[in-house]
Amino acid sequence: MDFLIANFEAVLFYTVALAAVAGGIGVVTLKHPVHAALALLETFVMVAVLFVLRHAEFLAAVQVLVYAGGIMVLYLFAIMLVRFKGMRPDEVFLSGIAPLAILGGVLLGSFVAIGILLGTMATGEGGAAAMRAVGDELPGNTEAVGWVLYTTYLVPFEVVSVVLLVAMIGAIIFGRRDAELSKPGGEVKP
Amino acid sequence: MISAEPYVALSLVLLCLGLVGVMVRRNFITVLMSLELMFNAVNLNLIAFSFRLGDLAGQILAIFVITVAAAEAAIGLGLIIALVRLRDTVSLDEADLMRS
Repeated sequence: MDFLIANFEAVLFYTVALAAVAGGIGVVTLKHPVHAALALLETFVMVAVLFVLRHAEFLAAVQVLVYAGGIMVLYLFAIMLVRFKGMRPDEVFLSGIAPLAILGGVLLGSFVAIGILLGTMATGEGGAAAMRAVGDELPGNTEAVGWVLYTTYLVPFEVVSVVLLVAMIGAIIFGRRDAELSKPGGEVKP
Repeated sequence: MISAEPYVALSLVLLCLGLVGVMVRRNFITVLMSLELMFNAVNLNLIAFSFRLGDLAGQILAIFVITVAAAEAAIGLGLIIALVRLRDTVSLDEADLMRS
């Protein structure tokens, strides 16, 4: 019990990290899309817990609201709209490039691991105070993020809003029933 | 207080899992979910280094990543609906309309 209290953060981190990895493995391996979506939801929530542990409380709330609330509902809607019953079943579970993909994953993993090693040797250890500081005061993480977002990063913020607008227009065009691409023959005319 | 390395290692594991999912799976919906997994890994990395360096820029970048992920989900799911209308499948191997 004393060990648990003394190392609470480490115990919490490793438990949550294991759950997050389990969810990730579920996303990659589970066959039914709804099961994969539930595994993905587990990973989202676990990552939100890790955000709180790193003093990013505002982002943890955003993670739960946007990812677990918004994006997950979007996925479930897509799974619902796509009727799997009348569809031809997947004959093969894996695509043809699976060996190449695994080789690429291993290579990328080694490169990034070397980068992490070099990066962590080069940088120092920060503090929790910087995560909620506005000037000399410490009002909280949400205020600090808002302050930095609307002063230093105002122009990228506006650009990202344009990205969202473009994505919305694109999604509407793709989803239109009378669009040019929904010809009965199934072929797109140039 | 644990350091940034375990967070970055977890982020690496999640990123590689997402990469394997994107490259190995054929179901379009699952591929998009693996992409979300990779976005999450990137966010975790940004948050870990934001805390380590004592700089809020990492959290701001994570907000932008979440925005782009939401845009990607909307577009991707629109593409799934269009693919199902055209080919009656969600298999990415059948999305070969531009191959004549």
